[in-house]
Amino acid sequence: MNAYWQCFSGIVMREWLRFVLQRTRLLSALVRPLLWLLVFAAGFRAALGIAIIAPYDTYIPYEVYIVPGLACMILLFNGMQGSLSMVYDREMGSMRVLLTSPLPRAFLLASKLLATSLISLLQVYAFLAIAWLYGVQPPAMGLLLALPALLLVALMLSALGLLLSNAIRQLENFAGVMNFVIFPMFFLSSALYPLWKMLEASPWLYWLCAVNPFTHGVELVRFALYGQFNLLAMTVCVGLTLLFALLAVWTFNPQHAALRKAN
Amino acid sequence: MNALEVSDLSFAYGAREALRQIHFSVPAGHFAALLGPNGAGKSTLIALLTRLYDVQRGEIRVGGHSLRTSPRQALRQLGVVFQQSTLDLDLSVEQNLRYHLALHGISRRQGSARIDAELARQQLTERRHERVRNLNGGHRRRVEIARALLHEPRLLLLDEPSVGLDPASRQALGQHIRQLCNEHGISVLWTTHLLDEVQPSDDLLIVHQGRLVASGRAEDVSEEHGGSLGSAFHRLTASGVAA
Repeated sequence: MNAYWQCFSGIVMREWLRFVLQRTRLLSALVRPLLWLLVFAAGFRAALGIAIIAPYDTYIPYEVYIVPGLACMILLFNGMQGSLSMVYDREMGSMRVLLTSPLPRAFLLASKLLATSLISLLQVYAFLAIAWLYGVQPPAMGLLLALPALLLVALMLSALGLLLSNAIRQLENFAGVMNFVIFPMFFLSSALYPLWKMLEASPWLYWLCAVNPFTHGVELVRFALYGQFNLLAMTVCVGLTLLFALLAVWTFNPQHAALRKAN
Repeated sequence: MNALEVSDLSFAYGAREALRQIHFSVPAGHFAALLGPNGAGKSTLIALLTRLYDVQRGEIRVGGHSLRTSPRQALRQLGVVFQQSTLDLDLSVEQNLRYHLALHGISRRQGSARIDAELARQQLTERRHERVRNLNGGHRRRVEIARALLHEPRLLLLDEPSVGLDPASRQALGQHIRQLCNEHGISVLWTTHLLDEVQPSDDLLIVHQGRLVASGRAEDVSEEHGGSLGSAFHRLTASGVAA
């Protein structure tokens, strides 16, 4: 058991050191959501009125609505980017070192996903701190309750990223992931607009949003931030995290990629 | 006991056969050079030895443990230096080594003594806190060797370790590794496509088109196939192998 703990803490420590040493990584992770919050949301506020919907108990400005979605956007980008690099590194580089560890491969991959998710949380809380200063101030208890929700969503998205990168050969570069995974998942979700608004616009778009796992991630975080529990979102996120993680570990076989390339 | 035993090993990428019935062993304390032109199947063999690929046919045993049935015990006996550098450039030498110890489940306290010993052996003690990015190619290789030996493996696998090094560093590296073999009884499998990295007293394995075409002491192989290592290698790898 001790060997497993040593290994896991070593993997987390490495991610932490890399994060601390590459300060530009934090900066670039923050620029994207902050642009959305400070520029897009400010401009959009005039165009979009938000009715009173759960978990909010009053009318809210658009900036307040958009913050949970932007927090999840950080997790989405990090999850996809991290998983893509795991696949890219599989045949050369750091993943080869990881895979020479005598501990089970499933444990190593799960540790790696969890470690990158924990580092993502630091970026999310840095973003929430800036949003707080800007005036989006969820209750302090909500910020604490959001922690497990954010961790679960981070794990779900990282596992999905790893699964997609394993399975789809075309997703070899980040541009492909942006166009075919990140943008559709982000825009077809409740991150930028509530689903009832979407229903007004188009029923089939509404349904696409409703079945999007990212929507459930955003809603889980949104409810947690305001001290409420969303059972549906929680169930979907837990179920999908387990499913994605199992499939991702199962399909993470460098040999499959080599054989696919050869054929 | 042999540090490495490979028996009847075959591997195919779909219809294309990359390795065919490879059979060899590396005894304890021996330096074995695996020589082959580019595309001979060396990389596939390394991928199988490091468990990147699964064994399709045949058997690999490291320190007596089968890589297929007891991979954990087998990997404990194996230290690897990959062809491309796998160090974290922004981390210090010590941080890189600590990460490796953690991957092998070795505690910090136990690991500190091993780091001290390996850094001293590789003459890197004073570089301990330096960022890897600031080291030259030869020193980076030595850090990778220190890392590969931290968990005290029986077998050290080096995949074309001299790539990217200047001639002086290449020679120093070869001497250093042979010294490890002689003084500490570590077995080494060193892959290369450069003839001048092989010494007459080394164990020599020549692969060509996925087959092991010669094995034995380098000087014996040379004598048997043409007098010098160059002519033997040329003769053994010049033409296609009959099926």
